[in-house]
Amino acid sequence: MEKVRDGMTKERLNDEYNHVLGLNNINLEIPEQGIQVVMGLSGSGKSTLIRHINRLIEPTSGEVWIDGVNVLSMSESELRDFRRQRASMVFQKFALLPHRTVLENTQYGLEIQGMSDKEARQRACHWIERVGLAGYEENYPGQLSGGMQQRVGLARALATDADILLMDEAFSALDPLIRTDMQNILLDLQSELKKTIVFITHDLEEALRIGDRIAILRDGRVIQQGTPQQIVLKPKDDYIADFTRDINRGRVIRLKTIMKPDNGQPGPELSGDMLVEDAAQLVTESPSSHARVMDGDSQCVGVVNITDLIRAMARPDIESRIEDL
Amino acid sequence: MEFLTEFPALGRRDLRDLRLAIDQSFKNFSREYGEQIEATFDPLLQFLISFERLLQSTPWPVFIAVVCGLAWLASRSIRIVIGTAISFYLIGLFGMWEDTMSTVSMIAVSTLLCISVGLPIGVLMSRSDRAQSIVTPILDVMQTIPSFVYLIPVVMLLGIGKVPGLIAVVIYAIPPMIRLTNLGIRLVDSEVLEAADAFGANPWQRLTQVQIPLALPNIFAGVNQTIMMSLAMVVIASMIGVTGLGQPVLKAVSNQYLAMGLFNGMAIVALAIIFDRISQSYGQRLQKFRQNGQ
Repeated sequence: MEKVRDGMTKERLNDEYNHVLGLNNINLEIPEQGIQVVMGLSGSGKSTLIRHINRLIEPTSGEVWIDGVNVLSMSESELRDFRRQRASMVFQKFALLPHRTVLENTQYGLEIQGMSDKEARQRACHWIERVGLAGYEENYPGQLSGGMQQRVGLARALATDADILLMDEAFSALDPLIRTDMQNILLDLQSELKKTIVFITHDLEEALRIGDRIAILRDGRVIQQGTPQQIVLKPKDDYIADFTRDINRGRVIRLKTIMKPDNGQPGPELSGDMLVEDAAQLVTESPSSHARVMDGDSQCVGVVNITDLIRAMARPDIESRIEDL
Repeated sequence: MEFLTEFPALGRRDLRDLRLAIDQSFKNFSREYGEQIEATFDPLLQFLISFERLLQSTPWPVFIAVVCGLAWLASRSIRIVIGTAISFYLIGLFGMWEDTMSTVSMIAVSTLLCISVGLPIGVLMSRSDRAQSIVTPILDVMQTIPSFVYLIPVVMLLGIGKVPGLIAVVIYAIPPMIRLTNLGIRLVDSEVLEAADAFGANPWQRLTQVQIPLALPNIFAGVNQTIMMSLAMVVIASMIGVTGLGQPVLKAVSNQYLAMGLFNGMAIVALAIIFDRISQSYGQRLQKFRQNGQ
């Protein structure tokens, strides 16, 4: 431990002591009721990180504070209560109980909480319906497709009513169309439930799409954290810049980031939180080449024109090439 | 040169003294504690006797109906039910009903005993590698040692009768139950276990709601093996006074009664096939949820 603090590298630790350094010096403040994405390639330590939160993997040293309580100082039974009531989890490979039906799987967390069968059943049915699986209650997981199985995983996690939701590469095993579907379901539910979600992924597109905040992990260290726009517009180093180059910026950048002072130009009135891509569509269809950007109180705070929108969507290296011409 | 051709064995006198010493100390031990040990097995004997009486006093149509009912519940296969009924009818027709009832009660009690002792040991083994490394060689010995060898101390200690026979059968038949319970629990998917942990299951909930249900197909294979092996012990157990189909077989061997040996042997085979088919198809039904998957 001290050796690492004194600056020993991961490789030397592995060579000399045969210990693999998983995570080192991570400080993350996770906003309540928001989605914190932790993004990193395989081996970067993200799955270890999420398991430290509910101590499925014990960290060698460090602290995890949730509402003023350090999870690492909890006794065994306090930890069980914490896992039962406050933090539920969705797994990459679903990890459903194959011998139980969809309904029984969804009830699982409630059973462990000690809830009466009738009440648990009612609640489970509610969540099965919310994730769009009504009618499949009596099926076994083995009879469902991957996407449907993960919906069961999601319903099982939501049913416990925990305010923290840990999602470990929850959608990574699904094919792209179904993944988008599941992201929509999650965002839909989140807009209403306002849970504190920690979402692990290796897919930047997914991270930018659903994250309120993103932390990028590499070799067990956080190399950048911030909102999706900050990551895309101000990548901290070449590693992140490489990642963000192929991203569709129109789906990340919002109007208030690129707007110019109000110059009285007429045009459709759009919210400052609107994505550039959506705005471009609307402005193109409207007779005006400008759009007025409004804040939450319907006050005009600035304007954008069609060129601003297109420029925002362009890749940075294309921009520089245009200047070269 | 003599050193190479003659093995440096212990002297004849030394060996005899050693054997005598072992025999004497075990004799003393059994004289000292034999009755106490016998007394601890008394409830088992009572249970065995009353179960046998119950089976023998049950009218034969009732017995066949009950067994067929159980067969239906376990297998849901009409063929197995009909086969069961015909086999028991034939057994009765050839005058072996009473011996068969004794054997069935013996097998039933020994299987129950094997499950109730073997399951906890198997669970313990699956939870600790150290327990596994201790129990595995013991099971190896139990499975390979010729059964006559452990019949000797059992008879010295408990005399001749049902209980020593039962113990001999259990020693022979319990290893697969323990091994397959251990294996089944160890094969449970670690990700499912992690999920159980993540939802705050305590060790007991983990065991009863996840590990044992998922290990059940393997555990049932163990039960099936245990039944088969207890049936295989029927003849040997009859040498130390266990009544049932084994005794006529033994008589037939020593007197060269071919037909008698054949009939009773066939009855044992019939019982084995019935129990095997019933318990196997029950085990398969337990895995039904797997067959529907990819």
